[in-house]
Amino acid sequence: MELAGTTITKARRLLQAGEISPVQLVDAVNASIEQTDPKVGGYLSRDYERARALAAEADTSLPLGGIPIAIKDVINVQGEPCRCASKILTGYTAPYDATVIKKLRAAGAIPFGRTNMDEFAMGSSTENSAIQITRNPRDPERIPGGSSGGSAAVVAANEALASLGTDTGGSIRQPAALCGCVGLKPSYGRVSRYGLVAFASSLDQIGPFTHTVEDAALVLQAIAGHDPLDSTSLDVPVPDYSATLNDGVKGMKLGVPKEYFVEGMDPQVEARVREAIEVYRGLGAEIVEVSLPHTKYAVADYYIIATAEASANLARFDGVRYGKRAEAPRDLADHYARTRGEGFGKEVKRRIILGTYVLSSGYYDAFYLRAQKVRTLIRRDFEEAFRKVDGLLSPTSPVPAFKIGERMADPLQMYLADIFTIAANLAGICAISIPCGETETDGKKLPVGLQIMAPFFEEVRLLRIARAYESAAGC
Amino acid sequence: MSAPHLDVRYVADLVRLKLTDDEIAELQPQLDHVLSYIEQLNEVNVDGIEPTAHASAVYNVFRADNPRDTFTQEQAIANAPHSGSGLFLVPKVVEG
Repeated sequence: MELAGTTITKARRLLQAGEISPVQLVDAVNASIEQTDPKVGGYLSRDYERARALAAEADTSLPLGGIPIAIKDVINVQGEPCRCASKILTGYTAPYDATVIKKLRAAGAIPFGRTNMDEFAMGSSTENSAIQITRNPRDPERIPGGSSGGSAAVVAANEALASLGTDTGGSIRQPAALCGCVGLKPSYGRVSRYGLVAFASSLDQIGPFTHTVEDAALVLQAIAGHDPLDSTSLDVPVPDYSATLNDGVKGMKLGVPKEYFVEGMDPQVEARVREAIEVYRGLGAEIVEVSLPHTKYAVADYYIIATAEASANLARFDGVRYGKRAEAPRDLADHYARTRGEGFGKEVKRRIILGTYVLSSGYYDAFYLRAQKVRTLIRRDFEEAFRKVDGLLSPTSPVPAFKIGERMADPLQMYLADIFTIAANLAGICAISIPCGETETDGKKLPVGLQIMAPFFEEVRLLRIARAYESAAGC
Repeated sequence: MSAPHLDVRYVADLVRLKLTDDEIAELQPQLDHVLSYIEQLNEVNVDGIEPTAHASAVYNVFRADNPRDTFTQEQAIANAPHSGSGLFLVPKVVEG
């Protein structure tokens, strides 16, 4: 079991020294899943034999040679189900590999296992999965965060060395914070989305969950880069993300946005984050308070833009080319309406309706166009802040993991779980969540995440800042 | 413009989403609540502000129009719930 919870960096050392084989590593991960996943519920499915066959052929000289990586159920892996944790994609088998999967394979990694998520990545607790509940590895009564809750939980529970997730409004960083692992959202355009089932195309980004910042740099190295099949991926050279990882933060200016310390946040979360900020001061960074004045509008802005885009993206689920179809439709209109009515869960329906409404004639200018303008203001807040500082430090989530069922009755409360993560998606910048201690909540020790944000395409700097804390904290 | 009102039944029909009466009864107040929260954007002065459609400054992206490998017909219809003669099958659309 120990092997399954090791870091990529350590596993690579063992593999290259010949102390373990890739097949042994896949076996260890599989054994850990068998033992732990009945309690966690992070995996939807896995193809053990296939992973084992790939491991037998793995080239351990490659950057991720022989490393199994779990994949969120929204990314296509050829020959495997890709259900987006939705009933509407029951029976769907991916006919191709997403670009990130091709890139992982080229780096020697082995896609192993499909992880649970909120249906179509819509949610902050993974409770919107139409398939199963995922439990927080620290406390089975609590949610793992979302929407990439399965990907976070399997890494935190040592059922995977690393996983891929997606982040549209915080869906990598928030579950990483709540489960206690590292979660990286690259800048918009850094990683190809070809083969990712789209939720909100101007916001979605794929990124890794890992045990360490060092590992996050390795996975990003493998998946980053331009892809002719995703015209939003930028044709910018991929730098070496590991080269300056240990260069420290001495002389850097790090900003603390005052709007990210709000009334109502958990005092223990605030205390842990303030302590982490002091660690940075101790490491020689200059800490300055900054302001991102439009922060309070980010959640409202996001729920217009993201739902509008989702309502268009989800039009493709019509029961014709793939997925589940309603039985015995009366006519074509009935076929569409019942297929979608029976196939989509509640949150997806809420968002399709809201998104359709904000785009509809007469309301487009009042909602959608206005939201796009507010998005400009939010982006400018960051541009302004990054003229003064090298990076920003904040909590990832205002609260530790909440209890299963606690926020399901009130969608707005659930939306507010992403209050600190959404703005980075709207601005397109890169951000990471790293563990920074725990709260003592109802007798349980729950992880707290520190969010670090850096300018557009400055992942090298982001990872360096993150690594500085991690090594100071003795990880 | 009239005061915004989101009629769940009407919008669901526009977007081809069949909802039960119970679902409508649940979604209507929830969406009213979310909508009233969203309306706080009206406080923001956006005069003269350009909209942001997406975060990177990429507009038109061109590529050479060369053929590349794609699915076979068989692969393309492999996931279809109903197919026949190499085609997707749907309910009858045109009368006559």
